[in-house]
Amino acid sequence: MKNIIKISFRNLIRSSRRTILTASLITIGVIFVLVYAALSGSFKAYMVGQITDSMLGHIQIHRKGYVASIDNLPLDKNLNKKQIEKISEYLNENPYIESYTFRLKLGAMFSNYVASTSIRLNGIDPQKETQTLPLFPSRIQGEDVSTLQEGSIMVPELLAKGMQINKDDTIVLVATNQKGSVNGLNFKVAGTVETVSGPGGRDGYIHINDVKKLLRIQEIEVSEIVIRLKDVKYLDKAMEQLKPLTIFRNQKDKLVFEIHTWEKLSPFYNIVKMLDIMDISIKIILISIVLISILNVMVMSVYERIKEIGTIAAMGTTPSTITKLFLTEGLMLGIFGTIVGGILSYIIVFIINLIGITFSFGRQDNLTLNPVLNLNEVLFVSLIVIIISLVASISPARKAAKLNPVDALRQN
Amino acid sequence: MITNAHVSKVYKMGEIDLTVIHDLNLSINHGEFVAIVGPSGSGKSTVLNLLGCLDKPTSGKIMIDEIDVTQLDTTALANFRGENIGFIFQSFNLIPVLSVYENIEYPLIMIQNLPKEERKKRIMKLLEDVDMLDQKDKFPDQLSGGQRQRVAIARALVTNPKIVFADEPTANLDTKTSNQIITLMRNIQQEFNTTFIFATHDEKIVRVVDRIITIIDGVITDDKRVSL
Repeated sequence: MKNIIKISFRNLIRSSRRTILTASLITIGVIFVLVYAALSGSFKAYMVGQITDSMLGHIQIHRKGYVASIDNLPLDKNLNKKQIEKISEYLNENPYIESYTFRLKLGAMFSNYVASTSIRLNGIDPQKETQTLPLFPSRIQGEDVSTLQEGSIMVPELLAKGMQINKDDTIVLVATNQKGSVNGLNFKVAGTVETVSGPGGRDGYIHINDVKKLLRIQEIEVSEIVIRLKDVKYLDKAMEQLKPLTIFRNQKDKLVFEIHTWEKLSPFYNIVKMLDIMDISIKIILISIVLISILNVMVMSVYERIKEIGTIAAMGTTPSTITKLFLTEGLMLGIFGTIVGGILSYIIVFIINLIGITFSFGRQDNLTLNPVLNLNEVLFVSLIVIIISLVASISPARKAAKLNPVDALRQN
Repeated sequence: MITNAHVSKVYKMGEIDLTVIHDLNLSINHGEFVAIVGPSGSGKSTVLNLLGCLDKPTSGKIMIDEIDVTQLDTTALANFRGENIGFIFQSFNLIPVLSVYENIEYPLIMIQNLPKEERKKRIMKLLEDVDMLDQKDKFPDQLSGGQRQRVAIARALVTNPKIVFADEPTANLDTKTSNQIITLMRNIQQEFNTTFIFATHDEKIVRVVDRIITIIDGVITDDKRVSL
């Protein structure tokens, strides 16, 4: 085998132009895939980070049935004090959880004394909200959200524009509680807020205690519990630990809670999946490039060397050795192209990080992508390319081995 | 010792069967220096290919040292050639990407798989015999025709074959070089008692061989021993 490698290697070295051409095709393909994967991976991680860190958190817990009717923000599907205590027990002992926060949500009428419209209100504990959603303040224009006082409101940006509401204006919120009694309260505008994907939406924020006043409720009540993990990679482990809650039943033998990961709650998860599909498509294109270029080169190489093959066959080289010679050539082309491609990819990614590719997202400009090459990804792509190089060489190698020496020697 | 019995070779050309060799009976002894002569298309190359185990006859039997080579499969035949037979071609057929030394080394590596020291000993001796020692690191395209044929001869002999087949070995060489090459082969034949079988038109070869077999239209018309 050592000698086969030696002879194949010499063949590649001495037909250097062809070798370089083919290997560079493979190299370019590998670079394309790896750099793309690094960039899209970085973009994906960034987007996921934005969504989980500024709005959704990693995990949310609701009363069973809340998410299905989340558009009406039903007050009768809130979690009561006993249920919150039960959940808190689990959350406090879960080692993967960094922090969590309560939200009390409702639909209300919003009026500036001239016109009125509907609004979705999120009652939050400002300090815990920013702890659980570190990027939440980036969506706010105006006061620091952690100092959101009782009696003030963060108005959704488009609504503020449409109704010409400015900071420090007074507005009135009117809401109906579960028992059907209506109540209204005055609020001072502390700032505007946009949704995670830019201006739009009707979500405003007030202090959770104000919601209790508006609805005239005494005991604590919560619509959703938002959880932040120490790292998003612990998602499965954390969910596993919370599993008893998902199967917890009340005295009437009904399920009480529902727990969702951010993936289930965000439409962006579909975009992530699409990015993954694009990743796969690009890999398929790469594989085709490698397959076709190696196939082409090996077929050419067999045709060019028919007489040489006839000669070595006449001297007594067995068909299986001839097959191995050509397979080894293809394999070495693949390995060579992949190694160079891998090294160049690392260099290119390094340069991208050095230059810095920026993009804008929502209120934030100059976000910098920091692509990272995942070693497993590099190894996986390399392995596939090398295997494909070998596969592409099979047919030309067999053709070479099957040549009849007499016919081969007759070629000029 | 090669013995042929009733060997025929038929080529299929579309619908037509073309018989190239008719009922060939021939035996060649060990150490003979034989020329197969005949006009172009007479079938002498085919005979050489059949005896050299490159091709199989359509019918008949070819025995080389008690082995019926017509019964061997492709791989066994390749191994048999590697162990027993050397070839010298009209256009030398050196491997262009290998140096002189590596070309001669090739059959020892790929076919006989000898250890490096043994290979070196044999190659150096042969390079000396064919007077190419000082050219050993050159590549085929840096050599003259005569030099290439010397390398090809060394390559054919390096495995210590019992029989060497040479198809028009001098056709691409000038008279002076041809004579040198013929002398070289004759000397080797006498030194190692190797059987040489030529297919040739070349009078210069015909003049020095021990035996001349004439083939016309696939039939032996003359087989004479020449005493020098």
